[in-house]
Amino acid sequence: MTATVVQTGITNSLTQGQLHPRTPWVILGLSLAAAGGIVSLIASAVSSEFSLVGAIALGALFYLVSIVVISRLVEGSRKATDRFVTALVTGAFIIAMAPLVSLLFTVVVNGSARFDVEFFTSSMRNVVGEGGGAAHAIVGTLLMTGTAAIISIPIGLFTAIYLVEYGRGPLARAITFFVDVMTGIPSIVAGLFAFALFAIFFGPGVRMGFAGAIALAVLMIPVVVRSCEEMLRVVPNELREASYALGVPKWLTILNVVLPTSAAGIATGIMLSIARVIGETAPLLIVAGFTASMNYNLFAERMQSLPVFVFTSYSNQGVDTQAYLDRAWAGALTLILIVMLLNLVARIIARAFAPKLGR
Amino acid sequence: MTATDPKVLPVASQGKPKQRLGDIIFSRTSLISGSAILAILAAVAIFLVGQSLPAFVADPEDLIGSPASFGDYVWPLVFGTLWSATLALVMALPLAVGIALFISHYAPRRLAQILGYIVDLLAAVPSVVFGLWGIGVLAPAVLPAYTWLAENLGWIPLFAPPVSGTGRTILTAAIVLGVMILPVMTAICREIFIQTPVLHEEAALALGATRWEMITMAVLPFGRPGIISGAMLGLGRALGETMAVAMVLSATGVITINLVSSTNPSTIAANIALSFPEAYGINVNLLIATGLILFVITLIVNSIARYIVNRRKDFSGAN
Amino acid sequence: MNITRVGSFAAISVAAALVLSACATNETPTEEAPSALAGNLVGAGSSAVGAAQEVWIAEFQTANPEVTVTYDPTGSGAGRETFLAGGSDFAGTDRAFNDEEVAAGGFASCAEGSGIVQLPLYVSPIAVIFNLDGVSELNMSADVIAGIFAGTITNWNDAAIADLNEGVELPDLAITPVHRSDDSGTTDNFTDYLAQAAPSVWTFEADGVWPLDSGEGAQGTSGVVDAVTNGVGTIGYADASRAGDLGTVAVQIGDEFVPFSPEAAAAVVDASPFIEGRPDFDLSIELDRTPDSAAYPVVLVAYLVGCETYLDPAKGELVKAYFTYMASEAGQAAANAGAGSAPISATLFERVTAAIDVIS
Repeated sequence: MTATVVQTGITNSLTQGQLHPRTPWVILGLSLAAAGGIVSLIASAVSSEFSLVGAIALGALFYLVSIVVISRLVEGSRKATDRFVTALVTGAFIIAMAPLVSLLFTVVVNGSARFDVEFFTSSMRNVVGEGGGAAHAIVGTLLMTGTAAIISIPIGLFTAIYLVEYGRGPLARAITFFVDVMTGIPSIVAGLFAFALFAIFFGPGVRMGFAGAIALAVLMIPVVVRSCEEMLRVVPNELREASYALGVPKWLTILNVVLPTSAAGIATGIMLSIARVIGETAPLLIVAGFTASMNYNLFAERMQSLPVFVFTSYSNQGVDTQAYLDRAWAGALTLILIVMLLNLVARIIARAFAPKLGR
Repeated sequence: MTATDPKVLPVASQGKPKQRLGDIIFSRTSLISGSAILAILAAVAIFLVGQSLPAFVADPEDLIGSPASFGDYVWPLVFGTLWSATLALVMALPLAVGIALFISHYAPRRLAQILGYIVDLLAAVPSVVFGLWGIGVLAPAVLPAYTWLAENLGWIPLFAPPVSGTGRTILTAAIVLGVMILPVMTAICREIFIQTPVLHEEAALALGATRWEMITMAVLPFGRPGIISGAMLGLGRALGETMAVAMVLSATGVITINLVSSTNPSTIAANIALSFPEAYGINVNLLIATGLILFVITLIVNSIARYIVNRRKDFSGAN
Repeated sequence: MNITRVGSFAAISVAAALVLSACATNETPTEEAPSALAGNLVGAGSSAVGAAQEVWIAEFQTANPEVTVTYDPTGSGAGRETFLAGGSDFAGTDRAFNDEEVAAGGFASCAEGSGIVQLPLYVSPIAVIFNLDGVSELNMSADVIAGIFAGTITNWNDAAIADLNEGVELPDLAITPVHRSDDSGTTDNFTDYLAQAAPSVWTFEADGVWPLDSGEGAQGTSGVVDAVTNGVGTIGYADASRAGDLGTVAVQIGDEFVPFSPEAAAAVVDASPFIEGRPDFDLSIELDRTPDSAAYPVVLVAYLVGCETYLDPAKGELVKAYFTYMASEAGQAAANAGAGSAPISATLFERVTAAIDVIS
C-alpha cells in the first residue's frame, strides 16, 4: 500500500530525491524478518512460545523507525513526516481491523453450524432441543425494522433538509438541540416509552410488532437526522447557487442537485441507522414480546425478532446447550447478512442517483 | 451550525414574492417533520420525567440495595458510564480517523470500496454478539496483558493489583465499546473526507504539498465538523450501550479508576438492563430516573460538541 | 471478499427471503384434532422458568394443536406486574406474591373477589460450580461456601477447604468468586441458603441483588457459567442443568455431603412447611435450608401463578388444562429432560392437583 503513495504522489522536481517505489516494501520485509528473529531468540532464551503478535508489533516498530530515518536522509523531513503518517494510518487500520475481523470470523465459524435450510423454513413452535429455526424471527425483524424505517427515514430526511435548507431561528435550534438529546435515549427507555404509549390505547397486555417498530423509530430518527444533516451540509454552496442562478426553484434544487450530490452519504447514513436498530434486543422484548410461532400481523399478538431470538437462545439454554448456542450464532450471522444485503441495495440505489464526480 | 448565515441566503428565498406550490409543499413537509420530532421527544420527555419523579422523593430504604440516598445509588453508575465511554472514545477516535483517512485517501479505490463496505457491515453486528465475543474471545486474550500490567506497572493506580481472574474488567468493556462505535465513526468521517472539495486538495498538491500536508491543510479542517459529529454519535452509542456492557463487565458498584481489577463501577444503561427484569414498584421508577440522568449526560456532552463545532465553521461546505 | 462472493451471499439471502414468504414448515396444521381446547394463553415472568416453559409449551401445543401458549421470559418482577395489571393470564415468578400483595388483590385478569393460585411447579437445584484443573467434585460446608463468597477464604489451598477434602490435591491459587450482577431469583435463593445455613459467616439478608462489592459479577446464568469456564480458579453458582463439565460442590448436611440431584432437591421442598395464614390454594413454601436428612438445600423454587376464577371462563379452562399438564408426571418429566428441573413429589402433587381443580 505504501508503494501506491509513491506512484500516485506528485512527482516534484524540487524535492531532492525519491525512494524507489519498492524500497518501503523491502524495508518492511527486513523489519519483519529482524523482529521475527529477535522474538524467536527471546522465546528460546526464556523458553516460552513464539509470539506472532509480538513479532509483528516489533516489526512494525522497526519499520516505522527505519523508514523515517531513511526517508529523512534521502528525501528530506517533509517527505519523512509523510511516510511516517502513511505508516501510522495504515497501522491504525490494521490494528482496528484485528478485532473486527476476529469478531466476524467468530460469528461466521459459529454461525455456519446451523446455517441450513431448516433454519430458514422453520419456526420454534413445538421445538425442543435440536432442530427448529428462526423463520418467525427473520420475518418479525424484517417487518418491524422495515416499518421503523418507513416511519423514520422520511421524518429524519425531511428534518435534515429543514435544518440545512430552510431552518433558522428558535425552531431550528430547538430541533437541533432535541435531536442531540434523542441520540442519548437508552434503548430500553425507548421500549418503555412505546409500551406506556400503547398501553394507554390497548390495555396493559399489549404486545404487538407495531409497538416495537415505534420504539425502534424513536431510536432511529436521531441517527438519520444527524448523519443526513452532516451529508447535506457538505454539499458545496456553489452547486446550490448555480442552480438558483439558472432559475431552478428551491425545492427542485434540493431534489435534483442537493440530494443526488449527497446520495451516497445519505445512503450510508440510513444504513447506519438501520444497522443501529436492527440489533436492538431490550425494547423489543418489552413491547413485541417473545414467541416461538410465526406472526405476519404487525398489529396483533407477539412478534419474534432476530436479536431477541439470539439473546433468549443464549440466556435460556435448555439441557441441550449446544443446540441453543448454534441457533443463537446462526441468528447473529443471519442478522449480519440481512444488513449486508440492505447495504448492497442502498449502495446500488445511491450509485444510480449520484452524479458522476471526478473520482 | 443551525441557522443559515444571512450573508449568503439562497437567492430564491429572497426576492421572490410568488411562492411556487412545490416550494410550499416541500418546506411545509420538512417543517412538519421537524415539528414531529419535537412532538415525539416531548412525549418521551413527559413520560420519562413523570415516571422518574416518584424515585427522587422515595425513601432510599425502599430502593434497590437500600442505599443511603438516591445520589449514593446513582453516582457510581454515572461515574462508570462516563469513565467507560471516555476510555472507549479515546481509543476509538484516533483509530476511526485513521481508518477513514486510509479508506478515503490512502487505499486504492477498488480496495477502499470493499473496505468501506466491511466497516459498514460491522455497524450491524448486534450488541449481544459483541457481548458474546467479549466474554469468549477478547477477555481471555487480554488477561495475560492485564496480569503483566499489574505485575510491572502496579504502582500506577490504573493498574493496581489484584488483577481480575477472568479479564472482564472495565478496560475490556471499553475496548468492546470502542470496537462497537468504530464503524459509525469511521463511516461518517469517511463520507465527510470523501466530500472534501477536489479543488482544495489539488490546489494543495499543486503547491508541492505532500499527501500528509494536503490532508492537514484541506481534508482535516473541512472534515472537522464531521469528525466531531461522528465522535458524538459514537459517544452517544457508547453511553447508551446496554447489552454488551452488561454481559462483558464484571460490575460490583464501586467507584475506582482501576482498569484491571474485577471490581468495577457499572454503567447506567447496563444497570437498567441488569435490574429491570426483576424490578417492581418504586424500583422501576428508580431505573427510569437513572435513564433520565443518562439523557441529561448525553445532552451536556452533545452541547459541548456543538459548541466546539460552532466556534469554527469556516470550512463548512454549505451556507 | 470479492464482489462475486458478495453476490452469491446476496443470492442465498434472496432465496432465503423467498422461502420465508411461505409459511414456516413446522407450522402446517395437522389434520387430526385430538383436543377440543382452542385459544391463546399468555404468560410472562421469570427467565429461570424460560427453558422449562419452552418444553411445556411445545408438548402442550402438540397435544392441543388449536391452542397457542406464549411465555415472555421478561423476569419475575415484570411478570408479577404484568399479571397484576391483567397483561397476562398466568405468571411465572421466583418468589410468590407476598401477604401484602395477596391482601391488596386487584388482579385484573381474575373475576372480582377471586383469589389467586400459587403453585411451586418448578423446583431446580442450584449448583455451586468451580473451575479447577483435575478436580471435579469438592466437599464444602455452608460456612466454607459463605467464607469463599464473602471473601474471607481467598485461596484454594486454605485449610478450611482442605480439611473437608482429604486426598484431593488443591492448588495454591487465588479464588475468584463469581456472582450474578443482575437482580435474580437465583441470587435470592443462594443468599437465603447462606444466611440460613451459615449465619455466623454470612451476615447479610437474602436478596436478589448481590450484597457485596467484592468478587466478580456476571450477567445471567449463562454469564456466570461463561465467566467460571473462561476464568482461572473461579467459583460461582448457577442453575444445576447448566453445570456441564464444570466441577461441582457437594454440600454438607449433618455429617454427610450431598451432591446436587433432582431427588435431593425435591426432598428439601417436601421437608419445608407451607407459609402459614395463606388461603388453601396458595401453596407458597417457606424453604428450610437446614434439613435434618440428606437433601440438597440450595434450590430455587419458581411459582406458576393463576386466578381461582377468571373473568373469562374460557381462559380459566385453558389455564386449568395447561397447569394440569405442567403438574402431571409427564409434564414434570419433560421439564426434567429439557430443563433439568426436579420433578415434584407425590405429596406436593396432591396438594397442587387440589388447587388446580378450583381454577375456573
